[in-house]
Amino acid sequence: MKLSSIVESISLEVKTGKNNLQNDVTGVYISDLLSDVMANSKEGNIWITLQTHLNIVAVAGLKNLSGIIIVGNRQIQQDVLQKAESEKITVMSTPLPAFEVAGKLYQLLNG
Amino acid sequence: MDETIEGSFQIIGGNFANAGEASMQLKSKLVELGIDEAIIRRAAIATFEAEMNVIIYAAAGRLQYYITPHEVTIKIDDMGPGIENIELAMQEGYSTAPDWVREMGWGAGMGLPNMKKNSDEFKIDSVVGEGTTVKMIIHFS
Amino acid sequence: MTLKDVAEILEADVIADADDLNITIKNACSADMMSAVLYYHTPDSLLITGLTQPHVIRTAEIAGIKSIVFVLDKKPGDDIIALARQKKIPILCTRFCMYTASGKLYAAGLPGCLFK
Ligand SMILES: Nc1ncnc2c1ncn2[C@@H]1O[C@H](COP(=O)(O)OP(=O)(O)O)[C@@H](O)[C@H]1O
Ligand SMILES: [Mg+2]
Repeated sequence: MKLSSIVESISLEVKTGKNNLQNDVTGVYISDLLSDVMANSKEGNIWITLQTHLNIVAVAGLKNLSGIIIVGNRQIQQDVLQKAESEKITVMSTPLPAFEVAGKLYQLLNG
Repeated sequence: MDETIEGSFQIIGGNFANAGEASMQLKSKLVELGIDEAIIRRAAIATFEAEMNVIIYAAAGRLQYYITPHEVTIKIDDMGPGIENIELAMQEGYSTAPDWVREMGWGAGMGLPNMKKNSDEFKIDSVVGEGTTVKMIIHFS
Repeated sequence: MTLKDVAEILEADVIADADDLNITIKNACSADMMSAVLYYHTPDSLLITGLTQPHVIRTAEIAGIKSIVFVLDKKPGDDIIALARQKKIPILCTRFCMYTASGKLYAAGLPGCLFK
């Protein structure tokens, strides 16, 4: 499924990397721990997290993730968004909690 | 209960193994006194976040509490680096926690906002190079 | 749904007393950040997490979490199991990842925790 379909179906706000919305999403990984995402996410995964630390951009880049969904209405610092934009990482945000975003994506992708 | 009930606990910096112990003792005390569950939860959450900050950022600290029939006052002071810019530290998402702390599930930059959200009165004082004091009051009704 | 339903859906190993499986779970919260568990309103929730540390049990106790699911086949240490028993917080261990565990429970009708 394309990133754009996911953005549309769960009304995500796209913060950065608007040019990547045609990329394919290979699956979903949820974690707030960077080492966990480094170890267990797969290329093309969309990453659901509450984590807003600057290093999320590097992790998404290193693992070739298709995007990061920041959940729970968390505020994202400007330096994080700037880095994501310059590294061409798609950062999206939603007021929904991780559990519900996962639930909706699971029905969309696996249901 | 008509008099003030007081207690205090030592908190040791870096001691993750016992993290939450001081807050749980205060919680048990409030349960014993039959305080409303939702109010106990607010007090416990606010205290826990303050306790975690001592464990993460300071060398040592102390939790003191005073319970009257109307409210609980929680004071946490530490010997630590202090906070240079309190306004910045209060911002949701701002955190200077090191990577290893983030890998333990802390460092979301929500601790001080959490304390403020859950207390009726919240005050923080800090002197760089000396330490930080957080005082919180939670009313029982 | 009951904790027994949760355990069946997640094909989980249960570390708890048998009658703990009768408790009702009203909603769920998937997170590794403990401040988030404390910030969002989670009493009576099920916490789904990848973090196996004693302070996760204390966070659960303080936030009023009913039960904890450890994902990705993570085995909690004896210290955690002892603390969870003392606090009467049943633990489930599932091989599923946080995404799949959340997806399966949501599909079975469990809502997310109230956000406020
Ligand atoms: N007791 C303290 N001593 C020194 N610095 C502190 C203390 N409490 C908070 N801080 C500073 O304020 C920041 C924000 O604190 P907080 O909101 O609890 O978020 P977090 O602990 O997740 O970083 C911390 O990252 C740290 O820089
Ligand atoms: Mg903190």
